[in-house]
Amino acid sequence: MKARVTVTLKNGVLDPQGKAIEGALRSLGIEGVDSVRQGKVFDIELSSRDKAAAEAALKTACEKLLANTVIENYRVEIAG
Amino acid sequence: MKAAVVVFPGSNREQDVIRALRVGTGHEPVKIWHADADLPAGTDLVVLPGGFSYGDYLRCGAIAGRARIMDAVRAHAARGGLVLGICNGFQILVESGLLPGILMRNAQLRFLCKMQHLKVERTDTAFTRAYAPGQVIEVAVAHGEGNYEADEETIRRLEGDGRVAFRYCDAAGLVGPETNPNGSTHSIAGIYSEKLNVLGMMPHPENLIEDLVGGTDGLGLFRSLSAA
Repeated sequence: MKARVTVTLKNGVLDPQGKAIEGALRSLGIEGVDSVRQGKVFDIELSSRDKAAAEAALKTACEKLLANTVIENYRVEIAG
Repeated sequence: MKAAVVVFPGSNREQDVIRALRVGTGHEPVKIWHADADLPAGTDLVVLPGGFSYGDYLRCGAIAGRARIMDAVRAHAARGGLVLGICNGFQILVESGLLPGILMRNAQLRFLCKMQHLKVERTDTAFTRAYAPGQVIEVAVAHGEGNYEADEETIRRLEGDGRVAFRYCDAAGLVGPETNPNGSTHSIAGIYSEKLNVLGMMPHPENLIEDLVGGTDGLGLFRSLSAA
């Protein structure tokens, strides 16, 4: 089973890297970019065939390690 | 005073802090490995040194904050034992839940490596009693992620309970946006835990213990600890 975990900064948390990327996109002449927020994507392969168990395990993984919930939100998507 | 310095893969300031502890407290600290389960019996102070534990992968301090030894460090802190985290050690303390908030990328997006003045906010703790009230000290900073951030309620609590240990300032002690090197909220350079027994700080007092290499303003912190 394949899963994708996306970790993004919470609203209101300053993201200087996103700001720098936003500026770089503008300087490349790419139009219509209002703002950029940088995040992380984890592609995870799971041995489990039980979707609910996999979801629960990934939620624990996010809470314990993958995301710092002081500043980050996470989203778990399981393929299939 | 019995100190244990925890070494993680990628720590690189452990020798500096071992030397500072030896010079400042007159006692030889022991070095312990992150995969150990226990602290040496009778440990008074645990030090998490600076460096780039686990190559700063995922988030600075995130993986080290979940190392095996950290359960023992948490138990030590809960008993009132002293814990000092410097630079990456501070990042490990916030990631392990021993201190609130987080260290974000410096607001200017640049790695800072320079001398920096700090205001010692209080001198009645185990870490700062050798300093004079209101003293301004000059130590080194060397970090890319030292921008202290926390939610408003946490900042209010830290300020209200006198848990800010050091603030960035200039030589005259002026604290403000123009003397804040990394964008930290309220120019915070270091904070204490609720019981004042855990201190996390981004600057490096351990590198300022000899006139030969720039000054001795960092020595006060280690002299303070000699009474512990």
